[in-house]
Amino acid sequence: MAITRPLTLRRLLDEVGPVDAVGLDERVAKYTTRSIKRDSKVRGLRMAVSMVDLTTLEGKDTPGKVASLCRKALRPHDAADTPQVAAVCVYPSMVRHAVGHVRGTGVRVASVATAFPSGQTPLKTRLAEVKQAVTDGADEIDMVIRRGAFLAGRLDEVRDEIAAVVDACGNAVLKVILETSELETPDHIRAASFLAMQVLRDGDFIKTSTGKTSSNATLANNQVMIDAIRDHYLATGTRIGMKPAGGIRTAKQALHYLVAVKETLGDEWLHPSRYRFGASSLLNDLLRQLETQRGGAYPAPWSFSEDSGGY
Amino acid sequence: MPAKSKRPTARELLFGDLWEFDPAPESAPAHIESRYGLFIGGRMVEPKSKRHFNSISPRDGSVLSRIAHANAADVDAAYRAAAAAFRPWSRLPGHERGKYLFRIARLLQDRAREFAVAESLDGGKPIRESRDFDLPVAAAHFFYHAGWADKLAYVAPGRSLAPLGVIGQVIPWNFPLLMLAWKIAPALATGNTVVIKPAETTSITAMKFASILQDAGLPPGVVNIVTGAGDTGAAVVNHPLAAKIAFTGSTEVGKSIQHALAGTGKRLTLELGGKAANIVFDDAPPDQAVEGIINGIFFNQGHVCCAGSRLLVQEDIADEIVARLKRRMAVLRVGDPLDKNTDVGAINSKEQLARIRSLVKSGVDEGAVIHQCACRLPAKGYYFPPTLFTGVTQSQRIAREEIFGPVLSILTFRTPDEAVEKANNTAYGLSAGVWTDKGSRILMMASRLKAGVVWANTYNKFDPSSPFGGYKESGFGREGGKHGLLDYALLVPR
Repeated sequence: MAITRPLTLRRLLDEVGPVDAVGLDERVAKYTTRSIKRDSKVRGLRMAVSMVDLTTLEGKDTPGKVASLCRKALRPHDAADTPQVAAVCVYPSMVRHAVGHVRGTGVRVASVATAFPSGQTPLKTRLAEVKQAVTDGADEIDMVIRRGAFLAGRLDEVRDEIAAVVDACGNAVLKVILETSELETPDHIRAASFLAMQVLRDGDFIKTSTGKTSSNATLANNQVMIDAIRDHYLATGTRIGMKPAGGIRTAKQALHYLVAVKETLGDEWLHPSRYRFGASSLLNDLLRQLETQRGGAYPAPWSFSEDSGGY
Repeated sequence: MPAKSKRPTARELLFGDLWEFDPAPESAPAHIESRYGLFIGGRMVEPKSKRHFNSISPRDGSVLSRIAHANAADVDAAYRAAAAAFRPWSRLPGHERGKYLFRIARLLQDRAREFAVAESLDGGKPIRESRDFDLPVAAAHFFYHAGWADKLAYVAPGRSLAPLGVIGQVIPWNFPLLMLAWKIAPALATGNTVVIKPAETTSITAMKFASILQDAGLPPGVVNIVTGAGDTGAAVVNHPLAAKIAFTGSTEVGKSIQHALAGTGKRLTLELGGKAANIVFDDAPPDQAVEGIINGIFFNQGHVCCAGSRLLVQEDIADEIVARLKRRMAVLRVGDPLDKNTDVGAINSKEQLARIRSLVKSGVDEGAVIHQCACRLPAKGYYFPPTLFTGVTQSQRIAREEIFGPVLSILTFRTPDEAVEKANNTAYGLSAGVWTDKGSRILMMASRLKAGVVWANTYNKFDPSSPFGGYKESGFGREGGKHGLLDYALLVPR
């Protein structure tokens, strides 16, 4: 008896199970009590550096600003053993400039697309934007879902649009931004995660937020999403990556996120191919803590080159 | 590059050592003396018995201190001091008594770190729990009851509360300082004086607490602390000056106390064992339910009278919940209680460890399927890996007897009626948990479960304003809230 009904939020949640917000907060509070010291701290900080998507997403971005961002990405600090970051993340018009600086270095170029941050343009326009960014050399595309369609209950539509963007990406990795602050409840975030993962490929990502709204990544919404990734992996074998973005400014926060990954998804996700931080000011705090571990004293902020955020 | 192919193989997550945490020992000094006397009449005195025994740290089996073994003469001295202090103390205006309680609470907060380390060394509980749970909640109990001290005329309509006299109190080893706070704070707030006996294996924080009482300037004799073994406890319970006995501990000892007190006119409250059902319906939030089950049974190594030691899970999701539990157990960190990253610490004593082992063996012998964490346990000290049993039936010992260790028995049910039936099919009735997304079902279950506390979509939550106590063989009387105050007072005309 095959009945095809449109997918509703209720039906999806029945299938994947709900989230209790109070219990969720309690779980993630435990991550913040983990005490990461000495060698484990150095390893955690270096891992976090290698997972940073160094980002500039501003109207005033210029090829010069992007050039400086790319130099920072390739050589975050003078210390020779400091790893490169995972990627630079820019607007589509800046992709070709970024590609010129990082091609062949291992640092990838990610581009937001699909009418970032609102997603409120016709699908045709959004797909064209994705294709252009890929043609210009983007290795990764960060798309936004249409939260309006999701909240209006048009889940099939949201999923089909993601599927269309997957096709437009070709070989580029896709990161699907749920914009958690606009979905608001943990139930919505869990449902949207599964909705996206239904059409994503092994190695694609889901991502918390654009960084353009009042609240961004939190340990709680990170947890909802990595719980979903784990459940999806165990059910299908497809490994989806995770990218919390916005609001992670300190090394200590970053370590808490990594503890969450370690204890929820395990070792296979503690790698830049499966976990990223969308951030800019985080990088220098990570470097500063690394230097502190090396030298025993906090270096002054101006001893680290400033190439993103703030300007 | 992302690939479209999916891998259809059996999968599990890899919780390896790619990023292992370095040891993170709590380094604050515990300031434990090599030898303790008894705290009687506001002073540390040598026991008349002239006997001491070793206090062992379950963390590594080492001797922490020498504890006085009080005999009947020592207990008598404590009661006399308490009786002498009763008149002036009970006649102090409530707000004056409140000041002492506030002072005690603040001093506990000031020395929280030191006390937490001492508690973990002495009892084996992880420093994370003594630091984030035992100490803050103990201080909260003093703060809460300090607030009541001058409001006793408003507890019951048209009546005020009058103190009973000298209260004899005997407390267990699972939350040494917290149980002491639960007992002393309401007794003092209502104007009683106290003779309290901590558990034999965990006397150190009680003796350290004596120094807080001295620093707070509490009048001599208002609180007297006598340490020792079962005979000391019997002397406390049977002393003729006791107006009331408050006991927290095993059902077996509780029954013998009730027996001994019959006909004496002494009041009695008992907070005894439990075999709580944690009931998970198929619409429960899966990850939070699993977290709650883990917290319910592995909190304080399962040395919790209200531990959720019987998991009742709806049959259609049983396999999934068990798989999730095993995955969650794989990342529990078992080991040195003083390491800040330890989730499950040491078993309180050699005797308790032997008891847990024998009950677990009975579970295996009776045909239940065992699963244990694949964790490395420290070579020295008393440790037991977190354990769960599946395929448990109502008639097995592990489903009926209180194990008081990190051992979870998993049973299934099919309908809400069956869940209620199974949950209530026990001699105990201290607590229960209900996990469901449906509010109406929570209310229905809460009204039908015969348990003193029912937690909904959470577990092991304690607040000084919320009464705690049991049904059936879990005892009677309440601790905390207005109900707790009433158990330490007479209702008199206002």
